[in-house]
Amino acid sequence: MVDVPLGVAGVPPAEVEDVELYHPKSWVTHYVFSQDAKIIAVQYSVTALSIGLVALMLSWLMRLQLAFPGALSFIDADAYYQLITMHGMMMVVYVLTALFLGGFGNYLIPLMLGARDMVFPYANMLSFWFYLLAVVVLFASFAVPGGPTGAGWTLYPPQSITAGTPGLAWGIVMMLVSLMIFIVGFTMGGLNYVVTVLQGRTRGMTLMRMPLTVWGIFTASVMALLAFPALFVGAVMMLFDRLLGTSFFMPEIIEQGARLPYGGGSPILFQHLFWFFGHPEVYIVALPAFGIVSDLISVHARRNIFGYRMMVWAIVAIGALSFVVWAHHMYVSGMNPYFGFFFATTTLIIAIPTAIKVYNWVLTLWRGDIHLTTPMLFALAFIVTFVNGGLTGLFLGNVVVDVPLSDTMFVVAHFHMVMGVAPILVIFGAIYHWYPKVTGRLLSVPLGQFHFWVTFLGAYLIFFPMHYLGLMGVPRRYYEMGETAIYPPSAHDLNIFITVMALLVGAAQLAFVFNLIWSLRHGRGAGGNPWRACSLEWQTSATPPPHGNFGKELPIVYRWAYDYNVPGAPEDFIPQNQPPLAGEIASRAP
Amino acid sequence: MTIVVAFLVLVIGIAAWWLSTQRIMSKPWLEIGVIDEPPGAGPPAAAKIGLCVFLAVAGVLFALSISAYSMRLQAADWWPLPAPRLLWFNTGLLILASATLEWTKAQSRHASLDGVRFGLVGAGVFTLAFVVGQLVVWRELVEEGYFLASNPANAFFYLMTGLHGLHVMGGLVALARVTLRAFSADEVGVERGKLRLGVELCAIYWHFLLVVWLVLFALIAGWAGDFFEICRQALS
Amino acid sequence: MHVVLVLVVVAVGSVLFHFLSPWWWTPIASNWQYIDDTIIITFWITGVVFVAVLLFMAYCVWRFRHREGHRAAFEPENRRLETGLTVITGLGVAAMLAPGLFVWNHFITVPPDASAIEIVGQQWQWSFRLPGQDGKLGRTRVDSIADDNPLGLDRNDPDGRDDVVLQGEDLHLPIGKPIKVLLRSTDVLHDFYVPEFRAKMDILPGSSTYFWLTPTRTGTFDILCAELCGTGHPYMRGSVVVEEQVAYDAWLDGQQRRMLAQQDGTTRQKGEVKAQQ
Repeated sequence: MVDVPLGVAGVPPAEVEDVELYHPKSWVTHYVFSQDAKIIAVQYSVTALSIGLVALMLSWLMRLQLAFPGALSFIDADAYYQLITMHGMMMVVYVLTALFLGGFGNYLIPLMLGARDMVFPYANMLSFWFYLLAVVVLFASFAVPGGPTGAGWTLYPPQSITAGTPGLAWGIVMMLVSLMIFIVGFTMGGLNYVVTVLQGRTRGMTLMRMPLTVWGIFTASVMALLAFPALFVGAVMMLFDRLLGTSFFMPEIIEQGARLPYGGGSPILFQHLFWFFGHPEVYIVALPAFGIVSDLISVHARRNIFGYRMMVWAIVAIGALSFVVWAHHMYVSGMNPYFGFFFATTTLIIAIPTAIKVYNWVLTLWRGDIHLTTPMLFALAFIVTFVNGGLTGLFLGNVVVDVPLSDTMFVVAHFHMVMGVAPILVIFGAIYHWYPKVTGRLLSVPLGQFHFWVTFLGAYLIFFPMHYLGLMGVPRRYYEMGETAIYPPSAHDLNIFITVMALLVGAAQLAFVFNLIWSLRHGRGAGGNPWRACSLEWQTSATPPPHGNFGKELPIVYRWAYDYNVPGAPEDFIPQNQPPLAGEIASRAP
Repeated sequence: MTIVVAFLVLVIGIAAWWLSTQRIMSKPWLEIGVIDEPPGAGPPAAAKIGLCVFLAVAGVLFALSISAYSMRLQAADWWPLPAPRLLWFNTGLLILASATLEWTKAQSRHASLDGVRFGLVGAGVFTLAFVVGQLVVWRELVEEGYFLASNPANAFFYLMTGLHGLHVMGGLVALARVTLRAFSADEVGVERGKLRLGVELCAIYWHFLLVVWLVLFALIAGWAGDFFEICRQALS
Repeated sequence: MHVVLVLVVVAVGSVLFHFLSPWWWTPIASNWQYIDDTIIITFWITGVVFVAVLLFMAYCVWRFRHREGHRAAFEPENRRLETGLTVITGLGVAAMLAPGLFVWNHFITVPPDASAIEIVGQQWQWSFRLPGQDGKLGRTRVDSIADDNPLGLDRNDPDGRDDVVLQGEDLHLPIGKPIKVLLRSTDVLHDFYVPEFRAKMDILPGSSTYFWLTPTRTGTFDILCAELCGTGHPYMRGSVVVEEQVAYDAWLDGQQRRMLAQQDGTTRQKGEVKAQQ
């Protein structure tokens, strides 16, 4: 091992680089065309949360149709498929990816690393505006003739660009264009997140001293940068097929009796490209959630995260492995069946680092000093839903078990549990946790508790029973379940129950929105460090932090981010920028 | 998809090597105090790291197109279009542009502002000529009846040359900015450091574009098909 | 301490739901009992892990809840514990993966004596093609598809002369005989899914996919489409009838005679058309 010089005396203060800072002059450059990562983070978050609410309402409509087929006259089959497509695409790309990387990434990376800002603030600003443009294009597709595409969020050709699918005229084109704009915008943001971690860390902040939140967001950003090009290439090729008549993905096809001029393309090529992006995308959402939840648990259990090194290695291992598991989405796609052996093996191997993470979260609780704050509640609920969804992933990843379950409601229940409910619970927990830093005020606790219990229990009751519908053989993406001998009448009752729960959970989000707005003015004052946390974002000179994040001097880091309840320390936490206490170096040495 | 996985293995390998230099086996809870970066040259400029990360992204983009191409190539109904002779000339132009930038980089180290200006303009002219040349190739092919949609080989040809051309044009925008800076810079000051960095970044990007183009050209000219065939036979 | 209570209730409730709820898979009607067995193994292993993690969490939240004067332990890691857990997890994963891969190998290895049938998905109906006396299916081409030739049979291929084409009718299968199901689509993706058979596979336009099964139970089963294929996706239904060999032979015989009559009919019609011209 490298011999590291550890010293206390004679440490010069970090340089003040105020000349380099671009300080906003007017209201517009301060709040609209802002280059401050914190403002951009809020812009990203507010936009993404608003889209989340829209997508939530779309899911209400879908659930109403499933529970009471035909009761809402404006939802015909076309509309239903448009709803599922837009709900899926919005939630996965425009809400979860944007919120975790654009929202939390922008806010937390510079603050947690002790940086003044992202390294390329101008590109960072552009990134948000590209994102907003992508969102506008996406929403505009509701207004074009024929409406948005109804090809399912996977957009599989040939179906997505042939008759029989709604949105053939405009919707699919708008969707692809919107995705391409999103990817360009994300690339600008992603470069920022990655290079800031590589380059912008303050003095003493080695990689192994970074909070796991940063590790999660960093790894996810690298993955996103490498995975999104696959979607980009797929989107370009499909646009060519749709608009210019090429046949990248289009074989010889009879469309409603007429021979189309296509020929020679391969639909399965698109599926490879899509899932080459799509599977890493799951972890792009999951890894930041892993990181954030680790920090929430550690802070609120007043205990160092258990097995920090293992946690870091697991994040990196999951990130790398997730690029060689994509075809587990394609076991029954008709690809070469021998791929099944390889991809089932890699998929189940990835379960091991993931399981280690779960154990370490639970072991952090063990012998902790658990404060059941609102963020902690959400973190606990995340573990429950994530373990549940992760374990059903072992069904679907094991190639032969996937055969009867693929394309059924089991899949829908699985991915909602593992990459819908679980990460969103983390998002809520994180908002309750960092809202005081962003605004200076705490969110209301009673409202938070109400929001938590309805969301967690309601979501569990939606998705846990749904697995059993799939086991019974109800396919996904059905406009109505229909009558089949194998569905008992009680299955319809279950569908109604799920819908009622979905309405309830959705309605409870109003409490959250209200809490966000109300607490802005009336929340209890938080002070600089309400949770008594170690990491740097809580050690800023002012709350909310000003442009430039820290005062005249950047903090210097003397320790890792998890010094909770260190034996002999006067307090139950030691901030990262706290110089060594008397006698500490000797007592800590191995 | 073997090609893109191979490319990713390369990227991940570089990342793993870099991580291994970051003491990821250390026990951070035992280390109290300031840990300074290991002595030696400071970290490279943020813009340089940023460019390298971007090249990895663009690299995946091209690797994916090539992967798709190689999957399609194996089908029976593959009629490659002829590689126009002009492509050789264009390749030469791009090589010249790349070499000129390398020379310019040396000039900027020797603090020869005139040399830098001359080199930047030269590289810009060669590159513009390359873009025009590619457009001429497209027009020739269309005149000979090789339309975009008439068969998959054509579609891939236009797609890949188009993607590459767009990247070249993006590079030209950056080159133009650096050139402007070179002409507004005087003999002293902070500007010189920025200029040198700009030239260096352009050179890296152009070398990347050249390598990508050589690979694409090999594919279009049909040599890569033989290469894939050999790989397949070796594997089976 | 309602958190503790809820964690216990979620763990116990999920297990009770699993065993007591009326929603479970349909009785199997093919040889893929192996798949069901693998699912059961997976249920046991994952169920134990789920309950163990939740109960341990509940215990921790109860035992180590915040009280005045209570302090957390400072223990950055415990290599032995972590290594042990990793090894156990690895074993559990292997216990699921090994049978899974074994059964998958079985799944993709079609027995040599399997007889081939073809299933064609079109928006939004199922068609079937059975080989005639020669036991061979004829070639097809998309460009041959016409009103009187909905599946695009190559009329010049002698193997296809006696093929039985079924449109808008039930598919019949004999019990106890391995069947290789060849899948073809003329427009978009579909997926031939009979929940009782467990096996299913996507159908790709432009190429042919397959799976195999041996029906083991007589009865009429619904065919569903399991890959989104446009607006009519949920209505793309059909039926497959599994019956004893004798009944199957009688049915097949009837179908073949119908085909011959139909072919005579078309030939005669064409002759008449020619004569009129």
